[in-house]
Amino acid sequence: MTPDPWSAVGLSVVVGAASTVATLPVAVATAWVLARKRFFGRSVLSALVLTPLVLPPVVTGLLLLTLLGRASPVGRWLEAVGWPVPFSLTGATIAAAVVGFPLYVSAIRGAFEAVDPRLEEVSATLGATPSRTFFRVTLPLALPGVAGGMVLAFARGLGEFGATAVIAGNIEGRTRTIALAVYALLEAPDGKSALTLLLVVSVGLSVIALVGFELLNRWQRRRLELTDG
Amino acid sequence: MAEPWLDVALRVPLGALALEVSLATSAAAVGVVGPSGGGKTTLLRVLAGVERRAAGTVKALGVTWQGPGVFVAPWHRRVGWVPQDAALFPHLSVRENLAYAQADGLDEVAELLGVSALLTRAPRNLSGGERQRVALGRALLSRPTLLLLDEPFAALDRSLRARLAGQVAAWCADRRIPTLLVTHDERDLEPFSAERWEIADGRVRVG
Repeated sequence: MTPDPWSAVGLSVVVGAASTVATLPVAVATAWVLARKRFFGRSVLSALVLTPLVLPPVVTGLLLLTLLGRASPVGRWLEAVGWPVPFSLTGATIAAAVVGFPLYVSAIRGAFEAVDPRLEEVSATLGATPSRTFFRVTLPLALPGVAGGMVLAFARGLGEFGATAVIAGNIEGRTRTIALAVYALLEAPDGKSALTLLLVVSVGLSVIALVGFELLNRWQRRRLELTDG
Repeated sequence: MAEPWLDVALRVPLGALALEVSLATSAAAVGVVGPSGGGKTTLLRVLAGVERRAAGTVKALGVTWQGPGVFVAPWHRRVGWVPQDAALFPHLSVRENLAYAQADGLDEVAELLGVSALLTRAPRNLSGGERQRVALGRALLSRPTLLLLDEPFAALDRSLRARLAGQVAAWCADRRIPTLLVTHDERDLEPFSAERWEIADGRVRVG
């Protein structure tokens, strides 16, 4: 069956958005811990977060399948509660979330590290508990960086191929996202116009994401500005 | 003699060196003087509870803030700490900075420090002296148990400096808020009638 390009674009956007939003709290928490806390095992956590970046995505997909597939207890439980992972949109979303996580955390971590710790110290002496300081000082100041991380994670999720193919397959209308549709169209005899459309949409989305990321970066720098006038 | 409001026995690491402090005071104010890099700022940070590397004990206002197995978090100490470069919250307006801890008496404090006309401004649009005054106001408004001022008048011109030091000293005296003031200009200490602590050769001495 010839892939429907608009169905692929729709699925990609859903997968990219769902994976980005669902992992936001974890990404923010991990980034904050890595930026602000000194503890035994910090380097290990830091390396662990980066693992999906250096692991071949197909291997990441295989690991996820082993962990969440029907052969594992977790996978069987997820299936029993109505959230089967293999060959489903859930699987595609998990794949996108895991593969995008390193970029996500790195962008937010950078934003947290750019916030002067003395502002947090002053906040504490003014009677603010650590959580109040986080929500009134640290997070608002790092907000553009958090948004930048979301853009990167979304863009990465949009184009995910290897891990998605392994865990979610390439099912038209269900798990066939842009990258998988492009792959399928390469072999389809009448796929040229659909292929062109997908290429244009992909490039367009990437450009929007990169421009957005750059604008957010500038906003972050301005937000932290406190130099002599 | 009145009960001391501050009683410290500390060893504060300063790079390869250390600063030894073993002093108590019941004077209304203390002025800390000494060379740059001598540990004045670090001592203030230790007392504020934001610098934890010092070993020893700190008792303030009858409460042990730091000691064996004891460390009172900065948000429970409630000191009015004014760091040397003000450290205003860049994403908040002057009014929001002043009201960060609480806003009762904001107009009065803004008037006292001459920042009433700046309330809607962003910190990035203030001069160094204006920023210091806003930081002072933020600390005064926080209902502090004691004040820790790190060169709070350094960015001000001479006449404003003398007037503001006098006003802040009177404000603290009226409310009986003990003050520890770090300065390189001893004229700042006069309105506070401060006891003088001098840092020299890694020790703090009275006199």
